Amino acid sequence: MGMSSPEALLICEHCDTVYRRRTLARGDVARCARCEAELERHHALSVNAMLALILTAMIVFVQANMWPIVTLGLSGQQSSTTLWGMILAMWREQAQVVSVLVAATLFFFPLLKMLMLGWLLWFARAGRRAPGFVRLMVILHYLGPWTMSEVFVLGALVAIVKAHTYFDVMPDPGIYAYAALTLLITIFAGVDLRQLWDDVPEGTA
Amino acid sequence: MSALPRASELGLIACTVCGLVCRNVPGDARLDGDGVGDDMACPRCGTTLHRRKPDSYVRTWALLIAAFILYIPANVLPIMRTASLNDVDDNTIISGVVELWRAGSPNLAIIVFTASIVVPMLKFLALGTLLVSSQRGSGWARVQRAKLYRLVELIGYWSMLDVFVVALLTALVRFSVLSLVEPLPGVIFFGLTVVLTMLASMSFDPRLIWDGKDTDD
Ligand SMILES: [Zn+2]
Repeated sequence: MGMSSPEALLICEHCDTVYRRRTLARGDVARCARCEAELERHHALSVNAMLALILTAMIVFVQANMWPIVTLGLSGQQSSTTLWGMILAMWREQAQVVSVLVAATLFFFPLLKMLMLGWLLWFARAGRRAPGFVRLMVILHYLGPWTMSEVFVLGALVAIVKAHTYFDVMPDPGIYAYAALTLLITIFAGVDLRQLWDDVPEGTA
Repeated sequence: MSALPRASELGLIACTVCGLVCRNVPGDARLDGDGVGDDMACPRCGTTLHRRKPDSYVRTWALLIAAFILYIPANVLPIMRTASLNDVDDNTIISGVVELWRAGSPNLAIIVFTASIVVPMLKFLALGTLLVSSQRGSGWARVQRAKLYRLVELIGYWSMLDVFVVALLTALVRFSVLSLVEPLPGVIFFGLTVVLTMLASMSFDPRLIWDGKDTDD
């Protein structure tokens, strides 16, 4: 079971081309010469900045889930819902598959991702590997594409426009919290979490 | 272009989970495109190393075909029922787009059309093309095919849009007899289609695009 120095080489995961790693300057993006995929990106966010972003995202996430998203009005009656209202409604209406999908992609996976990242970054701040570092990093890798809060914001917009034809629509704070959450996710999207493997070296657990 | 050596030629393997460059057990230089597992674990994250994702072709084909089978009821069956005092209306994905267009939001109608119709179709066509061309070891338009794969990966999950719209409207529109929205089976098929196409694009190994006999660019 041999291994080479992880620092020196870099392999394009899209075409298997091997490169010698070079130091990236601020804003630099290394691209594969064969398939043009992104190899590595210099990330400007420090561990502290990332932790601050994650903590902010957690607060916004709690609000996005507690506050109603939108209120509809029809001849004097009003009706509003939260994210969990959606999940329960789909369960009741014989669409349990959808209920589970919504709960996973909009609640459990994003929550798990934020909690795990917060945990890892909290220890990384002190230059240490958090307990469970390896297992959490692997879970984070697989969780990657299964968080969909930003898709939901667009979905809410579509639902509001559709409802607007028949009802009075009043956007509630929840939708703004979701919009803020999307903004935070977008800022974070440029960060390659794999860098944590190098940022916090082994033997520091 | 020998200036660009590939990991398989140098006896190296990149861990797909953490990216660590590992040295492969020498002597096993066979490369059949379906991944030769050496039962070696990544020393950093513990994931089993494979030169290529295991059974990539079989898994991707299976998931893609399953997704396509579910995509038919997802489009034919209504996804949502809107009931009011004097009429009941069952919406399919397409009729939802048309309604949005008529409601005066052509921009949103185009977005929904793209997310719900164009993206799934693109995934079927793109992954099908990638599978067939890679299995033949074709050297045709490799850079473009590699880009196509990355596009599919990037936009794939936006198809969940319509599922969220139905869930939100169901929870919102509950005015006893005056007006009600209910989900219909189409939305379940559609949600499953999105999940299966995402799994299909994940099980495809883009390195297979570059594994043909004529490795020359
Ligand atoms: Zn490449």
